[in-house]
Amino acid sequence: MNDLLDPLLLSRWQFGLTTIYHFLFVPLTIGMALTVAIFQTAWVRTGKVHYLQITQFFGKIFLINFAMGVVTGIVQEFQFGMNWSDYSRFVGDVFGAPLAFEGLLAFFLEATFIGLWIFGWDKLPAKLHLATIWLVSIASILSAYFIIAANAFMQNPVAFTINEEKGRAELTSIWELLTNPVALAAFPHTIFACFMVSAGLIITVAAWHLSKNQHLETMRPALKFGLWGMVISGALTTLAGDQLSLAMVATQPMKMAAAEAMYETSTGAAASFSIFTLGTPDGVSELFSIRIPYLLSFLSTHTFDGTVEGINNLQEQYQTLYGPGDYTPIIWVTYWSFRWMIGMGILHVIVAVVGLWLTRKGRMPTNKWVWKAAVWSFPLSLGAMIVGWVFTEMGRQPWLVFGLLETADGVSPGVTGIEVLISLVAFTLVYGSLAVVEFRLIKKTAQEGPAAIGESEEEPGKPLIHTTVY
Amino acid sequence: MDLTVLWFGIIAFLFVGYFVLEGFDFGVGMSLPFVSKDDTDRRVVINTIGPVWDLNETWLIVAGASLFAAFPEWYATLFSGFYLPLLIILIALIIRGVSFEYRHQRPEKEWKRRFDRMIITGSAIPAFLWGVAFANIVRGVPLDSGHNYTGTVFDLLNPYALLGGVTTLLLFFTHGAVFLTLKTEGELRVRSRALAIRAGILTVLVAASFLVWTVLSYGTLPAFVLAAAAAVTLIASVIANIKGREGHAFTLMALTITFAVLTLFASLFPDVMPASNDPANSLTIENASSSPYTLQVMSWTALIALPLILAYQAWTYWVFRKRVTRGHIEAVEHSDVPAAD
Ligand code: HDD
Ligand code: HEM
Ligand code: HEM
Repeated sequence: MNDLLDPLLLSRWQFGLTTIYHFLFVPLTIGMALTVAIFQTAWVRTGKVHYLQITQFFGKIFLINFAMGVVTGIVQEFQFGMNWSDYSRFVGDVFGAPLAFEGLLAFFLEATFIGLWIFGWDKLPAKLHLATIWLVSIASILSAYFIIAANAFMQNPVAFTINEEKGRAELTSIWELLTNPVALAAFPHTIFACFMVSAGLIITVAAWHLSKNQHLETMRPALKFGLWGMVISGALTTLAGDQLSLAMVATQPMKMAAAEAMYETSTGAAASFSIFTLGTPDGVSELFSIRIPYLLSFLSTHTFDGTVEGINNLQEQYQTLYGPGDYTPIIWVTYWSFRWMIGMGILHVIVAVVGLWLTRKGRMPTNKWVWKAAVWSFPLSLGAMIVGWVFTEMGRQPWLVFGLLETADGVSPGVTGIEVLISLVAFTLVYGSLAVVEFRLIKKTAQEGPAAIGESEEEPGKPLIHTTVY
Repeated sequence: MDLTVLWFGIIAFLFVGYFVLEGFDFGVGMSLPFVSKDDTDRRVVINTIGPVWDLNETWLIVAGASLFAAFPEWYATLFSGFYLPLLIILIALIIRGVSFEYRHQRPEKEWKRRFDRMIITGSAIPAFLWGVAFANIVRGVPLDSGHNYTGTVFDLLNPYALLGGVTTLLLFFTHGAVFLTLKTEGELRVRSRALAIRAGILTVLVAASFLVWTVLSYGTLPAFVLAAAAAVTLIASVIANIKGREGHAFTLMALTITFAVLTLFASLFPDVMPASNDPANSLTIENASSSPYTLQVMSWTALIALPLILAYQAWTYWVFRKRVTRGHIEAVEHSDVPAAD
């Protein structure tokens, strides 16, 4: 068969596309559940109606997004078996456990209490109703932990032995698996990044309304919340990212070398961090580049005279260790995705800091450009998130489970190229059209702004809370 | 007890939970065009499952993940072997799931109608294909020595499996209509009951032939007992419905589905996927399972988690125990909150 029908290539495209797609919705779910919980708590404690308005307004956006997160998640759960059956056979004993934990301990909780939250406004006492959204938030964060622990096993396999007879990895300690150093570093980094994304959405929506001078009473506190959220979670994401870099260099030095397109091992000042390169980042020729000396050494080792291994060197080491083969990921992908992640992240934290300065003590900027820049917060933060994962996953190549199983050996042997092509096309079409609907709905809801909340007729002064119906 | 047997039981339990719960969701979705006269009716119908469809569907996710953790070989063979049917199920579940959330976002008739159609087909397709899939598992499929499925998608469309598909389709359809009788009021309830009775009688005929075929060709003694129990509860459910005891009818329907799923699992045991070409290639609870350590970890987790899960899900059903009425929908529709519907 020709390349077009190579099940491996198609399966990789499909997995990449569907996971990225799932992850367009997940950060908002994680971030917005917490945001909504916080505003609802503010309402329950202070009784101020504008907090309730903010809660219901962002709650609505959260729900439109949530449905997509759920249905795309089911696809993820099935795909390991459908497209990567040999991988599933090899790692199931280890990798299945965190996935099952996720279902038993997090997804059930989330799916149950989200229903209670959506439809329970008029059925549960206020405090109990508030508790349901907190449980949703906790469950979403918990589910992120388990899935990241599963992913961390692929980045840095721990807590297993190889059973030669069965040809698979077997779990030796669940505790060790769940405290994989890579998971411990990747989890806070991802979670804080999720909060950046939801803060980004709040800034975008609030800035849009404020620039039109509407919904001031609700959008001002929302903007403030978003800006602070962005600055704080941005700082925490960076700190966690620094820890994650250390863990990555310790476990997958090739990924850092590929992130820098650095072919030769360098020490100290020569281990510079390249901000920007013109020319071919494959290192063959470099026309122009901006570099910060010592930074890469610091990022990788936390010392200024550390040694960072280069691609060529590592490639040789891996050949002696694992046999002949190419152990380098696609350099331009890793190089640029790493830069875009950090670049977009830093950019919108700067936007947020400027925003805080401009709105200090209740001021309102009049310059249109400020608002226009602020509206970019959401796409920038979501973009940083996605390229971060593309970096992580593509940087792991050619390994599926680092050092143990190559991607080519994990694909389902019984599934034909035609079948994968059919599914790839089907997912692309369905996901593509849903994306259009989804985007329009969220945009429309966001632009409508928070709804007014009426007063109860029997008890004037008491807000009339309407529950959702489908 | 041997943990592999325990996990075979837990997997069966999770699929029973899934089919009993999402079974009526599917049925409610399929009943949509048959019982509702106007948009308010349709909204009542959808809102009977509004708060619970997501948690019901989660049973599938947990069943899948538990299969992965406890029987990785089974998970790998089943999901890669039934690639295209599963793809169709997934697509159906996707469009159905988002339709619940999107349908009410805009007032245009055309918009609502499009999502109604997606709810109906998105419910009917999985209801049918799950039956096809499970019947094929029981019947056995060609497997090579590496446990990979060697047939084509057309091999899965044999008469026995198709009958299995029609059986689950009808079972869920009836189950949903009975559920609607229990959760609605007035004319809608009257129409739902009439539908449930008619569908129920048809289901008895089809399901009986499928269960007889199963027991005669693949069955063991326990399977025979379970199939008989399924038949008895199904007939009892139809009678209860005719007598207007909808609560009993619903419980009996849930029992029917439970017994039917257990019949299939009992016919399998101790295989999990029999190979139709060569029994030596069959997947069994022994050669498909995880290591004893993993099973032990999983057992402790399930032991602690499952009672809790059952408790809070039962509580949810209790919170939403009231019938959904037209008045309830109209109150929200005419409220001063714009676009809340
Ligand atoms: C808003 C999003 C965002 C921002 C601003 C950053 N990151 Fe990030 N990064 C992610 C979002 C992200 C992510 C998408 O969440 C990843 C993918 C895998 C993971 O655990 O987090 C990630 C992965 C990731 C990895 C790869 C880990 C691995 O493959 O093992 C490293 C080394 C860093 N990040 C480091 C940083 C540093 C040093 C940053 C700031 C200066 C930074 N990230 C900002
Ligand atoms: C949500 C963020 C994630 C994104 C955006 C993402 C993205 C990607 C991409 C782009 C690929 C294709 C890589 C290639 O083929 O070159 C891939 C592959 C894969 N990822 Fe992820 N991934 C994410 C999280 C995860 C997690 C949490 C897991 C496991 C629990 C995982 C498991 C896999 C597997 C099994 C493959 C297929 C094999 C491969 O091609 O390496 N991914 N992912
Ligand atoms: C880092 C990567 C990932 C994170 C942090 C993550 C997290 C989440 C969260 C928080 C949810 C619930 C919220 C929502 O529905 O939007 C969710 C849904 C889901 N995810 Fe992911 N996910 C990731 C990747 C994956 C992968 C690779 C799989 C495959 C096993 C997966 C399987 C699912 C499933 C089955 C659901 C639906 C659960 C439900 O019904 O509530 N996720 N994910």
